[in-house]
Amino acid sequence: MKPLDPRLLRHAGASRGFLILSVVLGVTLAGLVVAQASLLATGITAVFLDGAQVSALGPVLAGLAAVVVARAAVAWAQEVAAVRASAAVKSQLRRALLARLVADGPAGSGRSGELATLAVRGLDALDGYFARYLPQLVLALAVPAVVLTRIAPADLLAAATIVLTLPLIPLFMALVGMHTEATNRRQFRTLARLSHHFLDVVAGLPTLRVFGRARAQEATIREAGEQYRRLTVRTLRVAFLSALVLELLATLSVALVAVGIGLRLVSGELTLHTALVVLILAPEAYLPLRQVGAQFHASAEGLAAANDVFAVLDAPPAPSGTAPASFGAIRFDCVTVERAGRDRPGLPPFSATVLPGEFVALTGPSGCGKSTVLDVLLGFTAPSDGAVTVDGRPLSEVDTAAWRRTVAWLPQRPTLFAGTIRDNIRLGDPHAAPRQVRTAAASAGALEFVSALPNGFDTVLADDGAGLSAGQRQRIALARVFLRDAPLVLLDEPTANLDAETAAVVRDGIRRLAVGRTVIMAAHRPDLIALADRELRVGAVAEPAR
Amino acid sequence: MTRPVAPRQAAATAATTTAPDPAGKASPAHTPDEMTASGATADPSGATTDMSPPTVDASGVTAGASGVTRVAGGWAGVLLTAARPAGPMLVLAVVAGVGAAGAAIGLIATSAWLISRAALHPPVLHLMVAIVAVRAFGISRGVLRYLERLVGHDAALRTLTELRVRVFRALAERAPAGLAAFRRADLVQRLVADVDAVVDVLVRVLLPVTIAAVVGAGSVLLVGSMLPAAGVALAVGLLVVCVGVPLLQGLVARRADGLLAPLRAELSTGVVDLLHGLPDLIAHGAAGARLAAVADTDARLRAAERRSAAATGVGAAVTVLSSGIGMLVGLVAGAVAVRAGRLDGELLAVVVLTPPAVFEAVSGVPAAAQRLAGAREALRRIAAVFAAPLPATEPADPAPLPTGPHTLRLAGVHAGWSADRPVLRGFDLTLEPGQRIALVGPSGAGKSTVAALLVRFLDPTAGRITLDGVDLRDLRGDDVRQVIGYLGEDAYLFDTTVERNLRVARADATTAELEEALRAARLLDWARALPQGLGTPVGEHGVLLSGGEQRRLALARALLMPFPIMILDEPTEHLDERTAAELTADLLRATRGRTVLLITHRTEGLSDVDSVVHVGRGCAPR
Repeated sequence: MKPLDPRLLRHAGASRGFLILSVVLGVTLAGLVVAQASLLATGITAVFLDGAQVSALGPVLAGLAAVVVARAAVAWAQEVAAVRASAAVKSQLRRALLARLVADGPAGSGRSGELATLAVRGLDALDGYFARYLPQLVLALAVPAVVLTRIAPADLLAAATIVLTLPLIPLFMALVGMHTEATNRRQFRTLARLSHHFLDVVAGLPTLRVFGRARAQEATIREAGEQYRRLTVRTLRVAFLSALVLELLATLSVALVAVGIGLRLVSGELTLHTALVVLILAPEAYLPLRQVGAQFHASAEGLAAANDVFAVLDAPPAPSGTAPASFGAIRFDCVTVERAGRDRPGLPPFSATVLPGEFVALTGPSGCGKSTVLDVLLGFTAPSDGAVTVDGRPLSEVDTAAWRRTVAWLPQRPTLFAGTIRDNIRLGDPHAAPRQVRTAAASAGALEFVSALPNGFDTVLADDGAGLSAGQRQRIALARVFLRDAPLVLLDEPTANLDAETAAVVRDGIRRLAVGRTVIMAAHRPDLIALADRELRVGAVAEPAR
Repeated sequence: MTRPVAPRQAAATAATTTAPDPAGKASPAHTPDEMTASGATADPSGATTDMSPPTVDASGVTAGASGVTRVAGGWAGVLLTAARPAGPMLVLAVVAGVGAAGAAIGLIATSAWLISRAALHPPVLHLMVAIVAVRAFGISRGVLRYLERLVGHDAALRTLTELRVRVFRALAERAPAGLAAFRRADLVQRLVADVDAVVDVLVRVLLPVTIAAVVGAGSVLLVGSMLPAAGVALAVGLLVVCVGVPLLQGLVARRADGLLAPLRAELSTGVVDLLHGLPDLIAHGAAGARLAAVADTDARLRAAERRSAAATGVGAAVTVLSSGIGMLVGLVAGAVAVRAGRLDGELLAVVVLTPPAVFEAVSGVPAAAQRLAGAREALRRIAAVFAAPLPATEPADPAPLPTGPHTLRLAGVHAGWSADRPVLRGFDLTLEPGQRIALVGPSGAGKSTVAALLVRFLDPTAGRITLDGVDLRDLRGDDVRQVIGYLGEDAYLFDTTVERNLRVARADATTAELEEALRAARLLDWARALPQGLGTPVGEHGVLLSGGEQRRLALARALLMPFPIMILDEPTEHLDERTAAELTADLLRATRGRTVLLITHRTEGLSDVDSVVHVGRGCAPR
């Protein structure tokens, strides 16, 4: 993993400004560290060797006080800049991610939960990267450079010691790191598996208890945990070597410098002032590098999240046609959809023609591809083979957004959004008049129960329509389709989760909806299929429709 | 630059990944029969804590709990109890950590003295002790820190295992009726992640804070012995950094949270709505407007975060100021003392330069305190598991299991999943040997509660359940479950192979017995056609199987055990009409000859049962 991902700078402009600010603050801080060392050395030397009075220390103390306040200010500014930059970058990445996902459509909607987590919580891990890692990385470069500039003219030998040992730290850490990375990754997988196992066993506890197996699992959990601990500790012995090398080099170098200047001080080669400056500054040169190692982990999680975002952003966008949409006969010509990683295709070759005004039912056993046919028509799934033509024009050449405006869709489990029932019904047309909403609800058989609610159409629905029955939800979604008033209506098992009585109400609504429209409906209940003019078997061996 | 992987993250990975990775499918991570196999050789009761059964008082309410279930002191109690076996190692880690931090401070202090002394040009021989000390500190710091981390992680992992076992034991006594968690998969996931948090608490909170406390106190004494005023200044500064700053940061975080939390929640809801409802939104041409609304929330959140940023930097500034003021006080007081002859001039540099090294050694405390705030919640949730009352209590003096043929009788039974909301009120039912009864009613009417009562996952709050006249509460739960089998609506498939899922019921079943069970569940042809036969993985929660296959596999598993009485909870969700109807017929066919209670939503197609019993709210059973 790169310490600074160029894609981050490209996709999130806010990170560029922050990087510049970090460098400015880092160099300022390094300068303040040097100034503080010089002032302290002056003060100590004056009191110790020259027997100065406290009053004579006035300028030194004033200078030191100023430096301390300035350092506090820089520390504050670094933190504030990090929080602001992090907020800005997260916001930029999130908006870019969401815009892209919306543009791509729901092709990968099986991952919607995962992507939502990434967009909200996942990106929060970038806080660690911006607040701690990146500024520390800048300091790790700025501070040694500035400190060495100060030490070198005063004591070349000490400067040389630092210059020689400093690069050894990243070098050794990289060497140990390379050695342990593979083991670490393996370890990570073992741990993930152990956690997964524990989760699996806990989730299955009721089942284990039914078979009297719960107690036996205790020993297994203990055994697995012990085994994992032994393995881990063995790995850690090597993994922690990197930190050992780092600490050892840093402190040992300081010790070497200290002893060296002590001896040269005895022989009169150095002044006490110089020696003190070197002694104070030597650990400062190593400090940021040590901390950058400690913060690396905090950054890794954030960068991994950013990586996931870039994977989406940098993927080539799905192509869309440009031709205007015109509605007419729909022809499926050996349309096939392969699903990656499945042996069964999402849709085996399917051929059919649906004329304007027809009401057809797609039938076949579950999993045969009925919903996939609808997905293809909605442009959610691209056929891997074959083509759909509408009014003689291949669908792939038609502007997707324009085509979708001619389609209304009632999915098996429609999503209701947090908000009023009214807003849910006029999802496709936010400016629809109350009268239109009422008419649509009446047609869908929803008017009666909505009117019975204390707040009627202004009733606010909780998350995903919680509090409504499946039938009520379905009727609100059906009202949505009525209001949409599109020439082509796609219905996906619209009564799948309903009891017989509610299903009958929804069927009545569908009958009214079909008047003057083209309807394609996935169905397997006979009473539902009976509504259609004809049946199209999906999954049967297809003959090309010519 | 590699560091050990934080278990927290791994847990998060495991918890957030809903789809198992293909590699995981190919090689199942674990096997229940492996577990049971090793469980058979190891003695489960050899655990450190005894499992004395809880006692039941006259009213049938849980009066006492076993030593396992009672963990004193909430979250800290959870931590301390689980960490006890690793106690000596934790002490060793603290000693090593104190040594490492002490070496870093000692290095600076001794160097400062060495240089001051050297400035007076003494014979080099007089400096030898200091020179050796400086070098020794230089080496020992890294070595001791290494030791601290290694031993600390070892202790933390031991504690993790101990806690896992304890939590599992506590859960096993309560699942599923005693914990709301078992009604929501995400809560189980969170609980498991909470257990993993214990490593973080030990390694990143408890150890650094303890070490900082010891080192801080020692440094104050050292500096104070040279110059009391500087010691006091250091003590005040350390208190500000180690106590004041965490408090301040907590305050700032709470204030920012109060400001930001509603916006974050709004954003989260917006994003989930947008992505989850994306098909609907796109189909209705409403995605653009939704996206703009989310972007607007995002912008408001960003603005609020910018505003709250100013406060978050205060902690860092105060830390720098405290350390700086300590240094300044040391210099002024030192100068005065040197002039007054109260302080040896050679020690001035020590008094001035030591405090910054001490502040650096304790600099991790504010971050550790912040971690604790989050981890405390995790530990509290675990403590709540231990504190949750047992839904069914084991008898102190269990009655012997009746030999059968078995008659089950429920008389005037009141029960519910939580004490304040009874589901069953005065429910009566008799199940004679060989009888087959369908229990019908709308969802929420208490059908599953009846099942939980019969397998002793739950005790009735009033009324009696008897097996051949013996009160179920006088029988051991495990004994009852040898007679009464339960095929739950949510029968769980483990993330392993078909065979190992079957062997959860009976580890010692022969292949012929497995195949017979599969045949009875009408799954044998399917199993034989699988690419790896019985060795085929079923995936997490059985996702690689269809809904019907999952149910049939669970049925086959239940059939492996010769339960004389079986409760069959008929599934309806995620199955299409025909599959469900076929399955019900097969359930009844495969359990022919046994006493059966079929829990079902349907009222038609029940010609195979002897009678139908309705259960419903306020509805008197027939």
